[in-house]
Amino acid sequence: MGLFKKKPAAPAVDLTHLDTTAKAAAEPNKEQPYVALGLKTEEYESIKSILGRRPSSSELAMYSVMWSEHCSYKSSKIYLRQFGEKVTPEMKKHLMVGMGENAGVVDIGEGWAVTFKVESHNHPSYIEPFQGAATGVGGIVRDILTMGARPIAVMDQLRFGAPTDPDTARVVHGVVDGISFYGNCLGLPNIGGETVFNKVYQGNPLVNALSVGALKHGDLKLAKASNPGDQVILFGARTGADGIGGVSVLASETFDADGPSRRPAVQVGDPFAEKVLIECCLELYAANVVAGIQDLGGAGISCATSELASNGGAGMRVELSKVLKRDESLTPEEILMSESQERMMAIVPKKDLKAFKAIVDKWEVEYSVLGEVINEDRLYITWHGEEIVNVPPRTVAHDGPVYERPVAYPAYQDHLNYMSVHVAADGQGLHRHNDNGSELAAQMWQIVTSPNQASKAYITDQYDHYVGGNTALAMPDDSGMVRVSEESGLGISIATDANGRFCQLDPYEGAKLALAEAYRNVAAGGAKPLAVTNCLNFGSPENPEVMWQFKQATAGLADGCLELGIPVTGGNVSFYNQTGDVAIHPTPVVGVLGVIDDVARRIPSGWQDEGHNIYLLGTTSDELDGSVWCEVIHGHLGGRPPKVDLAFEKQLAEAIAAASEQGLIASAHDLSEGGLAQAVVESSLRFGVGARIWISEICERDEVDRTSALFSESTGRILVSVGREDDVKFVGLCEARGIPVLRIGVTDSSAHLEIQDVATWPLADLRNGWSATLPELFAN
Amino acid sequence: MTMKIGVVTFPGTLDDRDAQRAVRLAGATAVPLWHADSDLKKVDAVVLPGGFSYGDYLRCGAIAAQAPITQEIIKQAGQGLPVLGICNGFQVLVESHLLPGGLIRNENQHFICRDQKLRVENIDTPWTNEFELNQEITIPLKNGEGGYIATDETLKRLEGEGLVAFRYLEMNPNGSMNAIAGLRNERGNVVGLMPHPEHAVEAGFGPDTAAAMRSGVDGLKFFTSVLKAVVNA
Repeated sequence: MGLFKKKPAAPAVDLTHLDTTAKAAAEPNKEQPYVALGLKTEEYESIKSILGRRPSSSELAMYSVMWSEHCSYKSSKIYLRQFGEKVTPEMKKHLMVGMGENAGVVDIGEGWAVTFKVESHNHPSYIEPFQGAATGVGGIVRDILTMGARPIAVMDQLRFGAPTDPDTARVVHGVVDGISFYGNCLGLPNIGGETVFNKVYQGNPLVNALSVGALKHGDLKLAKASNPGDQVILFGARTGADGIGGVSVLASETFDADGPSRRPAVQVGDPFAEKVLIECCLELYAANVVAGIQDLGGAGISCATSELASNGGAGMRVELSKVLKRDESLTPEEILMSESQERMMAIVPKKDLKAFKAIVDKWEVEYSVLGEVINEDRLYITWHGEEIVNVPPRTVAHDGPVYERPVAYPAYQDHLNYMSVHVAADGQGLHRHNDNGSELAAQMWQIVTSPNQASKAYITDQYDHYVGGNTALAMPDDSGMVRVSEESGLGISIATDANGRFCQLDPYEGAKLALAEAYRNVAAGGAKPLAVTNCLNFGSPENPEVMWQFKQATAGLADGCLELGIPVTGGNVSFYNQTGDVAIHPTPVVGVLGVIDDVARRIPSGWQDEGHNIYLLGTTSDELDGSVWCEVIHGHLGGRPPKVDLAFEKQLAEAIAAASEQGLIASAHDLSEGGLAQAVVESSLRFGVGARIWISEICERDEVDRTSALFSESTGRILVSVGREDDVKFVGLCEARGIPVLRIGVTDSSAHLEIQDVATWPLADLRNGWSATLPELFAN
Repeated sequence: MTMKIGVVTFPGTLDDRDAQRAVRLAGATAVPLWHADSDLKKVDAVVLPGGFSYGDYLRCGAIAAQAPITQEIIKQAGQGLPVLGICNGFQVLVESHLLPGGLIRNENQHFICRDQKLRVENIDTPWTNEFELNQEITIPLKNGEGGYIATDETLKRLEGEGLVAFRYLEMNPNGSMNAIAGLRNERGNVVGLMPHPEHAVEAGFGPDTAAAMRSGVDGLKFFTSVLKAVVNA
């Protein structure tokens, strides 16, 4: 050392304006901009009482961001607890890691486990759709990585404003390009998702991203720092001025005239850096040189240091000036808050430091040792040797404020529920053309070609669903399915769902409906539903009517999971999705994870061969309230959503699984938005196989009219095609299990879809109409 | 001893593990090759797989063309080593001047992922000898910058000398000149194409066919071809 290189003298650092902990103690009455940082006076007072003095500006930055709604779940916590409480020992059987960690981990057998989670990136995606959506994908993938898993797939759940609104195209293009750009560069297959248009999302698009990863049981990692002496290392991208718009009020106090005056609010993503980081982390895990890795997302270093220490029941000493920066003018407060992407924090035992360095060097990933784990319940952060943070880590990471916000039954709710399809239109009821086949056909065409029901290929064809070579099902099938074990064919499947219109009518039932549909979609693919994740998108928690929706929806979801016997393993809450006083429809996105012993057994959603019988499982009621028929044909929303019978859903799923195990079914497609009409169109177009369908027997058996037979959205129904040779066995299986089964058609070689007494369409025409809608709206 | 086929990993490569699987399914041993090495580990052939090498922040494949491993591949390709460039690998071959022309942003400006029909127009290469001449195959295509361009003179030479190995059928997904999907060099040992044969090697995970969902394995013949070529060499 020192023989060849003489280190140039470091430029003098001006620390005169630095708000140290000593200064905080010495100047107790200094005014602090806590209100501008989003803290309430009581919260500020509570920080003072934790510390026994006013916080330094760095501490204030940390608390303000970690106690924000986004990081602390302060308004939702009391409701989220029930996901951990409404569980039976049986439900926990497959659960290796439950709620509270970066992502839940589920045992899928053969020594394999999977971890999955869905998260929102709604607000950034409205401001800057491309980067907002891109970094949403990046963030959720890093969450999966922290559990020691290799990410194996992504999905996204999108809600946009009215398709014809001029601003919608801006958001659609940005979001889809962002997901495509970032996701495709990571080498993760995009296996499905949702795209829904509704004017309630005009100023508040929803961009939820889901990722799933696989690991061997022994490779499970928990992000925590518990062994004193272990090194705290920040690696990956350099820290820049991303996503720290909020903290600029602090920065503005210390900026001199030469410093930048404005900081961007939205993060910018670099998928290449993330891809390298993924491979680098997996190699670090494989070499067993890290005690834990935490990703840096919201709240950046503030979050990573405090959570790692709090999770490990230890403390940490960190020198913040060692952080590698993109911009040397960053203040310590900004560094603590920066949400620069593609960064990770590793806890590395000293003895493994050399091996750690060799691996990150191989991947040409930059790193710096910031400090070490200490045997004390304290997080100390210094800046050029001066102490700027001295806090109990738990108070930052986990013991934030918890609110029981006021809840009020919405003033509009009773009227909304009253205005059913039977009383709308001045008490006449919405008009039905039951006796007019050509009118029914026109309605069906209008529904199938409407933006929400039309083919989403325009969007999904921009995503790589092949990479990895393990994709067994992807859009447009009911669920996405990937192989986990190449030896046995063991795989997992995921479906997500949320019907905001149903949730607006009844958030409790609406959440259960979302759960029921995702569950049914997983079952229809041939997998056994195992666990649940969620992303709860709502308006402002400060609005008691929104809080009522949230209370109802979480109760519905928790009760539903208990009834189905599958646990919630984690989730995410996004509040404040509203413009002015107008909130979005409550949109609790529910993701169900299933397991399948061999993906070769998977069931597609479309008819595969001619001469197969088409069966409808389940029964149909007059349930058109909240339906696509109401929305598209009548522009109406009112009444009560369809009833959910989860006990029956479970029976139905078990019947499909049994039939699939015996190889009895060629295809299965769940009935949901758009009812039977939508399902038969999708099943015929999936592989271009025509069919003749009759609905008269549905009308007779279930005592419903033709409008309901075609468009009702009654739950617990699956459309199945069965080869003639398996007919008797299949019907016997359904009857033995008490599943209503009715033959409603037969596939043929006509290249037409005929619905008797309603319409006959050449499949080519149907495909053109169904496929043209989104390109006409958004291509160029 | 089984044949060894090298699969290169650059930082940002995505389909390396898929290419290794394809090699194994064809009956050869896959040998991982690292971008920063110059050692080809005595492999009998090399695959440059798809992805976004070094993030492709310059022209696609331009940085990878300068990598140590690529320099060695260029050298040995000159001595007849069979080299297959897929997607980003094709871009690397073009940037390395092992194949002529260039690849630009898709005509519709979007990334495209679809099952693509191709015609195999040249079977005198180690990567295509198992196909019939003019055989129509379907393999996945997924790229953002797959539009093939070349000067009139180059196009004329490619067509005149039969160096177009694959041509898009039914639709030209990215606006490639002459609907060119892939090329071979004069010697025939270097082949590059935008679509991904390694994603059509295993029933259940390939493109849909008339027979069954995801049952397409047309891509496997690229890898069995090279086995045959090397054994017969």
